Amino acid sequence: MFQYTVRNIVYSFGDLKTLLAKASPYRTGDALAGVCADSYEERVAAQIALADVPLKTFLNEAIIPYEKDEITRLIIDSHDASAFNLISHLTVGGFRDWLLSDETDTTTLKSIEACVTPEMAAAVSKLMRNQDLIAVAKKCEVITKFRNTIGLKGHFSTRLQPNHPTDDPKGIAASIIDGLLYGSGDAVIGINPATDSPAAVQNLLMLIDAIREQFDIPTQSCVLSHVTTTLELINKGAPVDLCFQSIGGTEVTNSSFGINIALLNEAYEATLSLKRGTIGENVMYFETGQGSELSANGHHGVDQQTCEVRGYAIARKYKPLLVNTVVGFIGPEYLYDGKQIIRAALEDHFCGKLLGLPMGVDVCYTNHAEADQDDMDNLLTLLGVAGCNFIMGIPGSDDIMLNYQSTSFHDALYLRKVLGLRPAPEFEQWLIKQGIVDEVGTLTGANNTKLLNLIARM
Amino acid sequence: MNREIENTDPLIALKEFTAARIAIGRVGTSIPIKQSLEFKLAHAHARDAVYSVLDIDGLINSLKLYNLPVLHLHSKALSRHKYLKRPDLGRQLNEEWIELLNDHNTGADVAIIVADGLSATAVNENAFHLLEILIPMLRKTGLTIAPLCLVEQGRVAIGDDIGGFLGAKLSVLLIGERPGLSAADSMGAYLTYAPKPGLTDESRNCISNIRPQGLMHKPAATKIFYLINEALKRKLTGIGLKDNAGLIQSDVVPNV
Repeated sequence: MFQYTVRNIVYSFGDLKTLLAKASPYRTGDALAGVCADSYEERVAAQIALADVPLKTFLNEAIIPYEKDEITRLIIDSHDASAFNLISHLTVGGFRDWLLSDETDTTTLKSIEACVTPEMAAAVSKLMRNQDLIAVAKKCEVITKFRNTIGLKGHFSTRLQPNHPTDDPKGIAASIIDGLLYGSGDAVIGINPATDSPAAVQNLLMLIDAIREQFDIPTQSCVLSHVTTTLELINKGAPVDLCFQSIGGTEVTNSSFGINIALLNEAYEATLSLKRGTIGENVMYFETGQGSELSANGHHGVDQQTCEVRGYAIARKYKPLLVNTVVGFIGPEYLYDGKQIIRAALEDHFCGKLLGLPMGVDVCYTNHAEADQDDMDNLLTLLGVAGCNFIMGIPGSDDIMLNYQSTSFHDALYLRKVLGLRPAPEFEQWLIKQGIVDEVGTLTGANNTKLLNLIARM
Repeated sequence: MNREIENTDPLIALKEFTAARIAIGRVGTSIPIKQSLEFKLAHAHARDAVYSVLDIDGLINSLKLYNLPVLHLHSKALSRHKYLKRPDLGRQLNEEWIELLNDHNTGADVAIIVADGLSATAVNENAFHLLEILIPMLRKTGLTIAPLCLVEQGRVAIGDDIGGFLGAKLSVLLIGERPGLSAADSMGAYLTYAPKPGLTDESRNCISNIRPQGLMHKPAATKIFYLINEALKRKLTGIGLKDNAGLIQSDVVPNV
């Protein structure tokens, strides 16, 4: 039982998950779930009460029972007790101040990655303003490698997302060429297939792999199919660089996605065994997004942001190359407008980085949300300042297969320009060698005839 | 300017292969004004599609020729505003209709449900054209069809409820997809074997982007027909049922 009194009104919170939910900044998803604070005052009362909760409490009180949920078991069983000594004396409020202090630097933050539970990260984020979320995330550095190096400070990568509504190879190739000529694609060239049929996915894998090999591009490819499809294709000898899967923060949610930890273990081992990475072994690519637990009736009364961060516990088990929170895709019933989308993205990015994940953000919105390009420009800029590892690169911001708006190739160039950020080093060298950018990263505007003629030969 | 991508013809030549916004040029690193305003206009169209309304009279009229009862139903979300904020209500059938559906429990092979979803425009423009190919295919194979259902303010899961109340072996839901910028008229089809309330995504198969410029009506109908037969034969839908048949690939007409 937690409580706080404001002007003679006693606000009581029966358990930790209720306290976390009531302390959450307002978003429609928590209202839809019926777990949010009833008033502004109750929300702040919950935040004040939460600030006094010792971090140790989170190790003793599971918000979803250990017996009922394999993610709770993963969180508890993988907790690094010795690393926790550094912060075990802190309350949630004290933890927030500690994170922001000048003494807590990149190295210190790296040392606590394995002892911060998702619930601790979610809790502290609820007490932090957007500015705090940015300031602490910026201190974190999460570097991953496959054929290039992603996440170095001062660098900023993009997933080239060349989706096509019928998976037409020439249509996809056209978008890949366009993107490469804008310097996009160092995080991954990743296609969302229009259908999950193994035959179609295999064709797409072979398409990107052929382009990558022909032009010797230091990047990786991925077709974002269900993990069972990827496993089947690995067994058939398809060129799988990265194994993709959408994940959520509760066992019920993942079951609705048709996955569990055992299946992910199998997929991870199978992908690793291919040994396709040249400079590193980060082979997994996960996507998440607040609200999927409620959408799957699997939230157990836990607020959507805490659920989201629980999903990161699964991600970090597999040392992924990329984790992408697809923040505005789910719609206005979870994140209603630009303000809620921006807040959620900064929370996800911060919490993921705190747990040691290579966080990227799909800066996006759908046409039934109260958001537009101006909101995305704001979020994009904030994430660039926060040191986000990567965003999406989509022709003209318009994904013609998934029917939503994300960031364009131009957006990444804008961010690199105004913040002085550069692509992954190996990829940048490739761009220079191809004559696409000059030594300072400016597009040369020169034609790359070989790339442009690619389709003619298909 | 003349050194910038905007004016290089070779990139523009790539536009014939995709409707994606490629080769839009740049000013500095930004999108030129013409393309920027085109984008805004497309967003306006999509916003309008979200608020479009199912053409009940038109659909009832077109569907008459199949001599099937056509039922006009409504979810528990009574307005578009409610629908957007409360998807749970859009997934449930308003109770007043349950008795009506029970009266039509014919134990048919296939229940066909048409719902507005997030773009009534998509359904108004595509549902009948798909059904005029699919329904004859089903009848030719001797499959029976439950009364046709038109649902306002409906979401995907409502198809499982309705299919269940109708006692159908399998439900096919046609629904307006979330409008995109280049496509505010895209329809999806969701198949569920042994439909009943409470099922989730892993129990369904989805064919998306059905529209004249995407997956065209004939290949879409062929694909749905194939999946219906496979589902009835193997008694399942969802991730256990994948469209491994070669015919799927060759029937998707590329946009070239």
